Amino acid sequence: MGLLSDPNRRRALISLLTRLNAPICVVCYMAGVAWFMGLAFEPFTLRTYMSENAMGSTMVEERFPAGEKALATGREFAAHKKKAGGMPVDWLVKTMQSRGLEVFTQRFSRTLPFPDENKERYMVKGTNVYGILRAPRASRTEALVLSAPCTPGDNNNQAVGLLLGLAQYFRSQVFWAKDIIFLVNEHDLIGMQAWLEGYHHTNTTGMDWSPLQGRGGSIQAALSLELSSDVITSLDLVLEGLNGQLPNLDLANLFYAFCQKIGVLCTTQGKLQRNDWDSVSGYSHAVQTMMLMVLKQASGRSWGDHGLFLRYHIEAATIKGINSFRQYKTDITTIGRLMEGMYRKLNNLLERLHQSYFFYLMPSLSHFVSIGYYMPAFGLLAIILLLRALDLWVQLTAPPPRTEDGVVDPEQMSSPGVLSVLTPLVISHLTGVALYTLPIRFQEMAVEHFPVSETEAVVLTAIAVYTAGLALPHNTNRLLSGGGTEQGWKVLKLVAVLYLAVLLGCTALINFSLGFILAITLVPVAAFVTPHVPKFLSAFIMIVLSPACTLLFSVFFFQELQEMPISFLDGWMLYLSVISQGILDHCLYGSLVYPLIALLVYPCWLIFWNILFWK
Amino acid sequence: MAAHSCSYSALLLIICSVSVFIVADSQDTTLSGGHHAAAVEDNPQAATEAAEKTSEQPAVEERSWEATEVEEATLHEAAADKQDTPAPETEAPSPVPQPKDDFQEELVIRPLHSGDIYASFQFRTLWETDFMSGNKVSHYRLFPKSLGQVISKFSVRELHISFTQGYWRTMQWGQPFQPAPPGAELWVWFQDSVTDVDGTWKELTNVLSGIFCASLNFIDSTNTVQPSASFKPLGIGNVTDHRFLRYATLPREIVCTENLTPWKKLLPCGSKAGLTVLLKSEKLFHSSFHSQAVHIRPVCQDWQCKTTSWELRQTLNVVFDLHTSGQGKREWSLFKMFSRTLTEACPLASSSKIYIDITDDPQGELFELSPATPLLSQAMVLGDRRTFSVYDLTQPLTFGTVRSLNPLIRWKSSEGDMLRPLLHAERYVAGYGLQTGEIHTLMYNNHPYRSFPVLLLDTVPWYLRLYIHTLTVTSKGKDNKPSYIHYQPSKDRLRPHLLEMLVQLPPNSVTEVTVQFERALLKWTEYTPDPNHGFYVGSSVISSLVPSIVAMDTNITMDRPLFSSFFPCKEESSFFVRVYTEPLLVNLPTPDFSMPYNVICLTCTVVAVGYGSLYNLLTRSFQIEEPSPGLAKRLANIIRRMRGVPPL
Repeated sequence: MGLLSDPNRRRALISLLTRLNAPICVVCYMAGVAWFMGLAFEPFTLRTYMSENAMGSTMVEERFPAGEKALATGREFAAHKKKAGGMPVDWLVKTMQSRGLEVFTQRFSRTLPFPDENKERYMVKGTNVYGILRAPRASRTEALVLSAPCTPGDNNNQAVGLLLGLAQYFRSQVFWAKDIIFLVNEHDLIGMQAWLEGYHHTNTTGMDWSPLQGRGGSIQAALSLELSSDVITSLDLVLEGLNGQLPNLDLANLFYAFCQKIGVLCTTQGKLQRNDWDSVSGYSHAVQTMMLMVLKQASGRSWGDHGLFLRYHIEAATIKGINSFRQYKTDITTIGRLMEGMYRKLNNLLERLHQSYFFYLMPSLSHFVSIGYYMPAFGLLAIILLLRALDLWVQLTAPPPRTEDGVVDPEQMSSPGVLSVLTPLVISHLTGVALYTLPIRFQEMAVEHFPVSETEAVVLTAIAVYTAGLALPHNTNRLLSGGGTEQGWKVLKLVAVLYLAVLLGCTALINFSLGFILAITLVPVAAFVTPHVPKFLSAFIMIVLSPACTLLFSVFFFQELQEMPISFLDGWMLYLSVISQGILDHCLYGSLVYPLIALLVYPCWLIFWNILFWK
Repeated sequence: MAAHSCSYSALLLIICSVSVFIVADSQDTTLSGGHHAAAVEDNPQAATEAAEKTSEQPAVEERSWEATEVEEATLHEAAADKQDTPAPETEAPSPVPQPKDDFQEELVIRPLHSGDIYASFQFRTLWETDFMSGNKVSHYRLFPKSLGQVISKFSVRELHISFTQGYWRTMQWGQPFQPAPPGAELWVWFQDSVTDVDGTWKELTNVLSGIFCASLNFIDSTNTVQPSASFKPLGIGNVTDHRFLRYATLPREIVCTENLTPWKKLLPCGSKAGLTVLLKSEKLFHSSFHSQAVHIRPVCQDWQCKTTSWELRQTLNVVFDLHTSGQGKREWSLFKMFSRTLTEACPLASSSKIYIDITDDPQGELFELSPATPLLSQAMVLGDRRTFSVYDLTQPLTFGTVRSLNPLIRWKSSEGDMLRPLLHAERYVAGYGLQTGEIHTLMYNNHPYRSFPVLLLDTVPWYLRLYIHTLTVTSKGKDNKPSYIHYQPSKDRLRPHLLEMLVQLPPNSVTEVTVQFERALLKWTEYTPDPNHGFYVGSSVISSLVPSIVAMDTNITMDRPLFSSFFPCKEESSFFVRVYTEPLLVNLPTPDFSMPYNVICLTCTVVAVGYGSLYNLLTRSFQIEEPSPGLAKRLANIIRRMRGVPPL
């Protein structure tokens, strides 16, 4: 470590870094993106393997026989659902009781902050019904959950039917060591949120629910089942939960192992696994699968009913039955056997799932990228910010160049006032606070004065506040009496660059995908922006790379990856609904993406915007 | 406060002892009452006896109510001569001095509303001896020697130990005859002559661990407490100083055949004859609930209670599940439950009986029982008046012509619902994350109009640091101030938290006790081999005198004389109940034990890089280096030095 103590060598290194700053930054950026793209290349990834010994070597036998009966129950459920116009509570209670479960119900109600136009709900009232299969000679300390949503329309009837069929079959078995909770939740995530909050007696989102009467101890794992057809072609595994949390990889391994054993086609992100990794199309298929996972994870949403379990440290996943036009079909008995096998193995668990990875990306179900492999991609991007900060620091501490007459320019010498740095920081954060609070606060006023619905009012207010923030430089400059100095913007940029580095670093640790997507777009902005670059071109680039536009591109990109390209107008409508969903997710389930963007990322971007228009 | 606690503990002592006497003895006493009734009738014809019995039921009841005050000691006399049977060779009262020890066995079968069936065995050995008097007791007949030696060596006054696999589902099954928490429970009263109670306790647990083949040696000071009010002596004696009491539970203990075998070996007949032939592990452990216990206590020898005898009760409770063992068919027989039938009583037993609870089915429309038995018996059990069909195994007649007894209960309909248990409780951990949490204990009083006090005992291991200032007790939305609180804070790695409270439960209400806790970070050697499984917190114990179901009915419609039914009589007005909540499984912050290598590498790197460079900076002395002079100057300096003039 002579570098630090030897002033000469230190100087040499620093001068090298400052001299070659721009090329190094460009190389790092390219390397970061290339590394990321390389993650999907199969030889670079690891095969999945079962880490949990309790689930590995023990063989279980699946014997679930009653698929047809489950379908009949599902049809009966559908009829009662139609008759009741919602959750057929009494029928479910009676059916579960007749299968020998302890049955309980939970009522809940929630008024959304503004109407949800996608799901057409505003004042939500519902009932969850759950039955507990008490394990013989167990002391109610551990439980597993199997849930199926009760959705309006003709969806998921088969899931409820299979759930009840499994309950009946499981009840007559003696090998259970953990209680099994069979849950039918109404209003998908809202019902699930109410149930989980009731179970753990917490209230994070201000929902009204009646307390639960029966419990099974600490929940070890949960699966949510979505099934809307009598036969299926494949099963899709959904892992992404709230705030980008993922369940332990062993849960995915378990699903994959049983799909292999029983012979069911299984997918993740709706993409079948391909074997031709060495061909271009095979590689691009893997990239698409991984990019879909990255986009879903970055959204911070719960992509299935399982997503809310993860907050409570309960490993959970959603299994979706997909019925496409393929020839080969799987009947419901096979799915029942698959579920039975998975539950029997989960039942064998001695400890919570903890052996395998919690941070990973999956280019296919049989391969994964662990945190150690994907973090360098982000690190390469983050180092750019540190290099820029070093460069600015050196420039700021370097002695000012002497003018020709040998007199130091006094104005250059004086360090910029605290006020000139603090003002833009404070103003941009106030704008962020406005972006966070105003849309919901002012929806009624907006509805009164403009011919829009509440939802539109919220989204349009958000966009309006966002756009109004672009006028910030004028306001800042008006507040600052003397106008900024050369030193001034450098100090401000140094602060902003370090701020962004910390922000992105923390985000990437919690939700890699979100951190990486933000880094890809914000790091170039942070790196190149100065007051001396061409104003209009730079402004255009900055707006294109701003968080809002990133979201817009992500929406189109996501549709493209899902092989459902949409027109620009549809895309715009989708974009608006995504914003409203993001705000709703925050209010209803406590998703953190919206406050992160509004309160931290957007103000940070505004500081760079401010630097561009520094006078 | 001290006076308060004293009076309360005294009250509770009385409550406990009285109620236990009632619960334990009511069956026998009513039997003797029944016997008297039959004697008064003086009808020797066995064939007509059944009809007589049923017609005499009201009379029997009244008799039995009068008889509930009868003291413990009279029982076994009653038991000895209670048979109105033509079998004098079994246990006829004889002029020779009574045997010094006596053994009884019985099995109670209760069909449950859920379709499950509850079988409760009790084996009672009574021995008129004194372990404490100094002279060594060496001749053992029925009483197991291993336990006798334990009693005399460790000066044990009372010993209660239970091993339970499963949780008693009060809401489905009602109250059990002998409540027990999941896992192992041990509580012992020592004689007041013991000086080093903790040391004796430690030795005793190790010895019992060997006798019962269980991990009782894991009982140490971190899970032992001295409850001040909840566990009072059940036998005679008036020492209630809780310094001589030790109580511990091991919620994690798993009970299986290795615990059953030594338990069976304590019985006089082993598993060779009598009711014990039914105790086959392959069936007992194919059930929903299994609990076995041993209770040793001193009881009075006779009415005057001048001398004491030792009573050993071995109980085994098991619940068979309708869906897994019954194949969903509502039909139970001894063979279906235990895959054995009975052919004889234990020859050493003075009494050997099977009781089948037929209270829910007085007219026989709900289920049918075959073979029918002429004997009926009524008893007050847990505050409810129950009717039992009795099979006396000491009579050859019971076994019929096929020489084997296999009572069969066949349901005719699955109608009827259970009266909700008046008291039940549940417990759970609230919150998420690994830093803090909250323990919620819910106590339900389902009585429509009576409130009653309950004693709550909570033992929480030290690694959950209770914030006792957050303790709240609420019922019906209002603060419910406990009238007595005994709290002993924990000491890290030494002793657990002990919290005892006397709470009044308002009628028809839920009382919620919450207390927050912080999860401690253990030292790395203190983690169990499976730290991610979680750590157990033992069951809370709720002890109470619950107003009885019989007394609940103030508008009595049964044909009882009016003068007898205005004031509720004391013995019946309440009964003692102990309810155990479920144990808790709590996750503690756990390091990733699979990464020591990574940690070592990281630590070494940090130390090498960080420490090395810092040390380097601190110890090095910095000097400004002279810029080296040019070649011309150096030459000039050489010349100047040769000339002897100072260099430039």
